Amino acid sequence: MVDSTLVLNGQTIAYTAYTIAIMSIMAWFAVAVTKKGKSTIVKPAIFYVWVGFLVVLGVSLHIATAHTIPWKHMDLNRAEITADKTFDISVENHKYILPSGKLIIDVGDKVMFNVRSNDLTYGFGLFREDNSMLFQMQVVPGHLNDIMWQFVKPGIYSIRSTEYSGPAGIQMIEKNVVVVKEPENRPAE
Amino acid sequence: MSFINTLMNGEGGTFKPDSQTSLQKIALRMVIFGLIFYLMTAVEGMIMRIYQIEPISQIEPKQFFAIMTAHPLVGIFGSTYNIVFGAFLFLVPFLMKKPIWSIKLANWTFLLITIGTFIFWTAGFISHYAPLYTLYWPLPADFEQFSVVGGTIFILGIAILMVGAVFFVINIFKTIMYTPEGWEKQPSRSLLASALGVSGVENIFKRKNKRKEHLVSLPVAAIARGTVDVALNSGIILFTGVLILVYMVAAILGYDLKESAIDALLYKNWFWWGLDLVADGLVLIFVAGTWYLLATLITGKQLFMQNIARAALLLELVVSWTVWSHHLMSDQAQPGFLKVFSGEMVTAFELITQGLAFFIVLATLWSARPLKMTNPLKFLLGGLLGFALAVPAGIMQADLGLNRILHNTQWIIGPHVHVAILIGLSMTLYSAIYILLPILTNGGKWYSNKLANIHFWGHLIGGIGMGAFMGMAGLKGMLRRTIYFEGEYNLYMILAGICGALLLISFLVFFVNIVMTVGINGALGIFKKSKLDTREALPA
Repeated sequence: MVDSTLVLNGQTIAYTAYTIAIMSIMAWFAVAVTKKGKSTIVKPAIFYVWVGFLVVLGVSLHIATAHTIPWKHMDLNRAEITADKTFDISVENHKYILPSGKLIIDVGDKVMFNVRSNDLTYGFGLFREDNSMLFQMQVVPGHLNDIMWQFVKPGIYSIRSTEYSGPAGIQMIEKNVVVVKEPENRPAE
Repeated sequence: MSFINTLMNGEGGTFKPDSQTSLQKIALRMVIFGLIFYLMTAVEGMIMRIYQIEPISQIEPKQFFAIMTAHPLVGIFGSTYNIVFGAFLFLVPFLMKKPIWSIKLANWTFLLITIGTFIFWTAGFISHYAPLYTLYWPLPADFEQFSVVGGTIFILGIAILMVGAVFFVINIFKTIMYTPEGWEKQPSRSLLASALGVSGVENIFKRKNKRKEHLVSLPVAAIARGTVDVALNSGIILFTGVLILVYMVAAILGYDLKESAIDALLYKNWFWWGLDLVADGLVLIFVAGTWYLLATLITGKQLFMQNIARAALLLELVVSWTVWSHHLMSDQAQPGFLKVFSGEMVTAFELITQGLAFFIVLATLWSARPLKMTNPLKFLLGGLLGFALAVPAGIMQADLGLNRILHNTQWIIGPHVHVAILIGLSMTLYSAIYILLPILTNGGKWYSNKLANIHFWGHLIGGIGMGAFMGMAGLKGMLRRTIYFEGEYNLYMILAGICGALLLISFLVFFVNIVMTVGINGALGIFKKSKLDTREALPA
């Protein structure tokens, strides 16, 4: 499974290229529409080509990500996938209650995080040491909130609430509690 | 003319409030208060920008989140609702050449929106009630974190505002449908069918020679269709407000109602369905309708592909009822079907409907070249650019794969929300203000084109820049709705802060321009009763 940083880098490049292109087109249009010249009626055919382009663009984004972002498929089918490891976590009074002090994971493992809230709506996100996000989900009370993730490289992650739960929620950070190691470093059970 | 004279009497003394109809005065009152609320929103935004660079010691986190709660509500309801409703209460009678149904109700719309906004803002400021605009259950009823009395007043303020919105809805539809005194009987049902697009849909299945003519113009149809979403949204927010009030009143009376009686996910679906009628409904429909009106006013030509534009507005209305699930893509208990169908697929239609409107406006402008680069035209182009930037940013977020790593980051609130509102929506509204002010003031002249240019460039660069730097921080993992105490994203936040300051300065420049245009006496005159006994838009 590719790392989410790679996906974000791809998105950054694509969106930056798009913004440069659209701003250039608008700047050109602003100049051209004020320049002396023949006023021309745009042909309906061009309009319909544009409509077709938008349809293709709108649909192809999701098709493209379905084939290139691996966690999308895993997320929709997580009920049918057997997890290598499962962590049951609960949240109450703006505090995560973890099954152990550190959550130890082997590289390559598919891990299921089951998170339950006993009071408010919270978030559950894993963050790298440089504060960038690995993934997140919402934690809604009264429902099972589960997410499956395959860890592709070693690392240390913090758990942080990604949803506002009142001013008390800003301290909802469990620093460096998720440790992903190479399999040979697996501690004895 | 001296500076003081212009300040008191407006540019060239051309604006005479005594010549205004009641409707012109109401529209301008709503614009003025809309701009005052915009200023409050901008100042709040600037405080939050500074706070994200370095938390201000005099402002506690709970005050910060109270600001964060008030900021979008004052911006959307206090500012945008006032400006848009004021403009549309004037434009529907103006475009239909028909008196408004009720001046009194229009005045009540203005008063209730304005008073309601002041009430909830003050309650939030004093009591720090801060469940954010999303009100995720059971946070609004969490009385361990929030004052129950403050919250009650806050919710009452919102409810008062929504009643004002309901009055707007009634007035708009009644104006479209009613028969004014002394007029030939109006075909109410046909007018309504034309405004809502029913007759347009019927036409698709009829032969060319049997097709009905459109009874209302395209901008009026756009206003009517957006107003449907205003009605539905007001209903949802009022109902939700009553629900929260039940818990609050019970708490005040000493009863502790079980919060688990409300299913948090069902509530979230319900509330987002209502909220999205604003964000992905009436805003997009009203904006597209305003673009069409502006394009025809600027060019004096018919709109390119008029019938398609009409159909797209109807499609947009239907789309707005079915896209809410893109806000729940990170909610794992949300059914996968809703995530894919409503969240991804239907949401992609917004790219199509907004893309159509974008093309139609550009093609209409192109058909009239060479055009003079007037203030309305440049702000209209800015508005088009804003949505061209913001809609794709939102479509990317509304993808199951990307949402997993973008949800609740600064990406969504920067390049999508703020660019859509500040550049797309606000610049469209500014374009409308620049073109409508002379009509609303019966020939008032703008004070300074130089100031208008500073306003344009400051707003454009500030808005896009702020959105971009927030987005860059979001891609690096910076969340929205939280506070960073260690300066983790300082580089991006300082740059976003500079752009935010540019936005605020450009607004102040615009404010000076508008004050110098109407003058202090003129501004005060707007709030005096009209001497003309008419419900018409313009004086005879």
